[in-house]
Amino acid sequence: MSGIPTTPPVLESGAPVERSARLDWVSTVDHKRIGILYLLATLVFFCIGGIEALLIRVQLAWPGNTLLSPDMYDQVFTMHGTTMVFLVVVPLLLGLANYMTPLMIGASDMALPRLNAFSFWTFLFGGILLHFSFIAGHAPDAGWFSYTPLSGKGFSTRNGLDYWALALLGIGVGTIGTAINLIATIFNLRTEGLTIRRLPLFVWMVLVNSFLIIFALPALNASLVMLLVDRLLNAHFFTQIGGGSPVLWQHYFWAFGHPEVYIMVLPAFGIISEVIPVFSRKPIFGYPFVAASTVAIGLLSLGVWAHHMFVVGLGHAWEYAFGASSLLIAVPTGVKIFNWIATMWGGAIRLTTSMLFAIAFLFTFTIGGLTGVTFATVPIDWQVTDTYYVVAHMHYVLFGGTLFAVMAGLYYWFPKMSGRMLSESMGKLHFWLMFIGFHMTFFIQHILGLDGMPRRVYTYPALPGWTAMNMISTMGAFVIGISILVLLANIAASLRAGPHAGPNPWNAWTLEWATSSPPAEHNFETVPPVHGRRPLWDLAHGSDSARSEPVSRVDTMKLTIAVFVLSEAVFFAFLIAAYMYYYGATVTGPTARNSLDPGRTLIFTICLLASSGTMWLAERRLARARHKSFRLWLGATILLGAVFIFGQSLEYAELIAKSVTPARNLFAATFFTLTGFHGLHVLCGLIALASLLFLAFGRSFGQKQISGLGAISIYWHFVDAVWIVIFSLVYLKVWL
Amino acid sequence: MHISVFDPASPQAANLLWLWKACMWVCVFIFAVVTASIAYMLVRYRQRDSNEPAQTGGNKKLEVAWTAIPIVLVTLLFVLSVVVARAVDRPVRREPDIVVTGHQWWWQVDYPAAGATTANEIHIPTGQDVLIAVESADVIHDFWVPRLGRKIDAIPGQRNFVWISAKQPGEYLGACAEFCGAQHAWMRFRVEAQNSAAYESWLAAQAGPAAEPSAVDATNGKQRFRQLTCANCHNINGVNPQKQYAPDLTHIAGRKMLAGELIQNTPENLRRWLREPNLIKPGSYMPNFHLDDKDLTDLTAYLAALK
Repeated sequence: MSGIPTTPPVLESGAPVERSARLDWVSTVDHKRIGILYLLATLVFFCIGGIEALLIRVQLAWPGNTLLSPDMYDQVFTMHGTTMVFLVVVPLLLGLANYMTPLMIGASDMALPRLNAFSFWTFLFGGILLHFSFIAGHAPDAGWFSYTPLSGKGFSTRNGLDYWALALLGIGVGTIGTAINLIATIFNLRTEGLTIRRLPLFVWMVLVNSFLIIFALPALNASLVMLLVDRLLNAHFFTQIGGGSPVLWQHYFWAFGHPEVYIMVLPAFGIISEVIPVFSRKPIFGYPFVAASTVAIGLLSLGVWAHHMFVVGLGHAWEYAFGASSLLIAVPTGVKIFNWIATMWGGAIRLTTSMLFAIAFLFTFTIGGLTGVTFATVPIDWQVTDTYYVVAHMHYVLFGGTLFAVMAGLYYWFPKMSGRMLSESMGKLHFWLMFIGFHMTFFIQHILGLDGMPRRVYTYPALPGWTAMNMISTMGAFVIGISILVLLANIAASLRAGPHAGPNPWNAWTLEWATSSPPAEHNFETVPPVHGRRPLWDLAHGSDSARSEPVSRVDTMKLTIAVFVLSEAVFFAFLIAAYMYYYGATVTGPTARNSLDPGRTLIFTICLLASSGTMWLAERRLARARHKSFRLWLGATILLGAVFIFGQSLEYAELIAKSVTPARNLFAATFFTLTGFHGLHVLCGLIALASLLFLAFGRSFGQKQISGLGAISIYWHFVDAVWIVIFSLVYLKVWL
Repeated sequence: MHISVFDPASPQAANLLWLWKACMWVCVFIFAVVTASIAYMLVRYRQRDSNEPAQTGGNKKLEVAWTAIPIVLVTLLFVLSVVVARAVDRPVRREPDIVVTGHQWWWQVDYPAAGATTANEIHIPTGQDVLIAVESADVIHDFWVPRLGRKIDAIPGQRNFVWISAKQPGEYLGACAEFCGAQHAWMRFRVEAQNSAAYESWLAAQAGPAAEPSAVDATNGKQRFRQLTCANCHNINGVNPQKQYAPDLTHIAGRKMLAGELIQNTPENLRRWLREPNLIKPGSYMPNFHLDDKDLTDLTAYLAALK
């Protein structure tokens, strides 16, 4: 089927898997296998979340249904939301990005294959931990955004919420790991000629998305650790008892939660930006505008979080500001929609299943985007938020938007991943069932919400129209369920006996189609030359320019650690902000003034800062290959760090002896959380440095270790810098 | 009785509906443009032969147009939203007429000026703007009467305000809109709008003490109410002054519904509720006292007499 004569030789990769080779799937660091593991895990979670959705819809099919008790209903809808957001949509997109990104940029793997495996298994562990709560007695039941104080220990006494917070922390760490990896991969592993202006748009959006993860996920992690300190150590960050603020949780959660919405949709935009051009036989319309609007959306998404809080009573000034920023985000989104449509203009459209899903995405996502505009028009939000109208809206965005796009991507890339074609006739059946089922389920929920039905109710009175509309919605959900069965059957049939795909079944033009399907272990025999945005098209049709442009690269280790440090800085920024927010809120009990000893801490602070100096000296010595002196300075660094930890332990022991614990008041809670997490970071740094020192005594201190030392050194300086901020705000303030 | 935002019964709700409609016109316009364009492309530009189409890659004028036009539209929406917000949320410069406090899972309703308290049924006079202060005793709830006005959160430690009004006498249903735990679904309530004469006489009666029972079983019930520790949570004016841990029962017989609009307030339902509260409203904090038949009869008689 391939129309490209110059396709590189195809490697044989279809050797039957040995039984013992199954363990390879556990130990693999190959981005393709990890990508497939992501997709398989999310498929399982998707089925679980889907069954939960059906349970919800059956319970609501008619008023007064008793299939689920109120308590069980709350667990089911909480798990449905949490599963779909954290265990399906995000990792599904990360899985696709994992599989496709290196192929699309002509690389043989991700920049950090072992980090990649670590990220996947952390995510999977988080998902299992979350579901273990069912076995442990009680699943989380406070909704996927777990508003305090309902999610606090006072009102959720069982441990479901602890599982929720711990699982999400694990998933958060894994997600940040993958984002760092994708950034490093896209920056450094691009093939010759693939400049940033030529990147496939999917890769562009994965890149922006990864940065968004770096900025947003640490906010979630900070919120979760504060919630856990509340729940497990009886602190009061988020309960009004003891002076905490339930609304602060909402600010913190949505500071993550709204960027998260774009994290769930940007890669989907990327898929659409690949599929529509290929099946229109034209390049994307307005490439720079599609790419730039992605950046604009990413930046704006960091400043719109409070539009989830328009009924909290923030005051009009806040509401207008966040209403305006939320309305603005419609502009770059519109730019994308219009460019996608214009891509089809004058094209030669092939209505494959993949293209059908892409068009369904355009149609459905436009509706979801427009109802989003109604939420940004502040007073409308006052009426429709927290009703089925918002349930409809977010499903239009995440299901009709993201999931339709993922389906387009699945039909598009499945032949590449499996080597076999999916059936187009079954695909079209799947498409129409899903499309009709989706709109049947969710369109009517707009009206249900406007007719006054609140969300998250386990049952409802038989008000006029409610019963009929709920029944239609439930029937639609089952149509969606059937469509998923068709999809699974299609996948199974294709894997058994689907026609072979060949390297480039769609006659597409990005690099992933320039190798066998599925690609061999190292992806490419030879990567075709890149002189433009569509290398395989250029090969077939002759390129406009034969000019090869150099690709700029940076040191992978340094880049990785810099991005990691950025995410850590966001994490600490949120903990520091909490300290400052509650500064002065403490009226009775311990305060910084009456409990801390800044003089003594200054001594330990000097030790920590000195350790940055010794670290720098150690690096200099190593650069000059003076190994003995290097080991000495490295040892000194560890010693000074250990002295600091000793000082902190001393301080903690004294405070606890005076029964100053996080449960006492907000000062103690914020103090221990902030300094505790800093101390934990120092400890991790010490372990890393000690490992390096151990290696330095051995023979194998080569380039790899030197580069590792450079990375840990950046981390160590960062941890010291954070301490300067903490010391100034927490201790020095006592003297002022 | 429907509670659709499409049938506003107050100027506030009418303003909100007007804005929604205005916004819908903008949205429908954009949606029509998008859908028509997609349809046109699909009909006009299907692949017909193996020739590759012209490889056009963009058009700056178009990009400017579809950036500028949405900016104009969202600016318009922003201006409209400010205008409507100011009309619906008028500044608060006086004490509230009513204080509504959300509890898991019922609403406490206080009339501070008159010193009256009730639960789950809010009486207001027609034709005037009523200022309601919204608070919470435990978790976050949300006060919403779709036909009378906007929704507003009830947040512990914070006092929010909302203006509502009703042009015509009648009943308007409301509900808690923020998920608040097991019985969020049955944290419903109603607003009863009355002409001012009827409202004033209702309020005066509501502020008065509870009726003294006359029948034998009701008198027994009054005693049992105290002995069985019902009075530990429920206030009855003039009988058992108590903090509002549970719905005020001073004039319970005057209310239309029980248990957050779950069942009608009839003696039979009241008896059922006393016998098996957790079967009717699972998770409710009302305990099952395993009352015997006599207690049930006496207590029902007493409560049914508290007009």
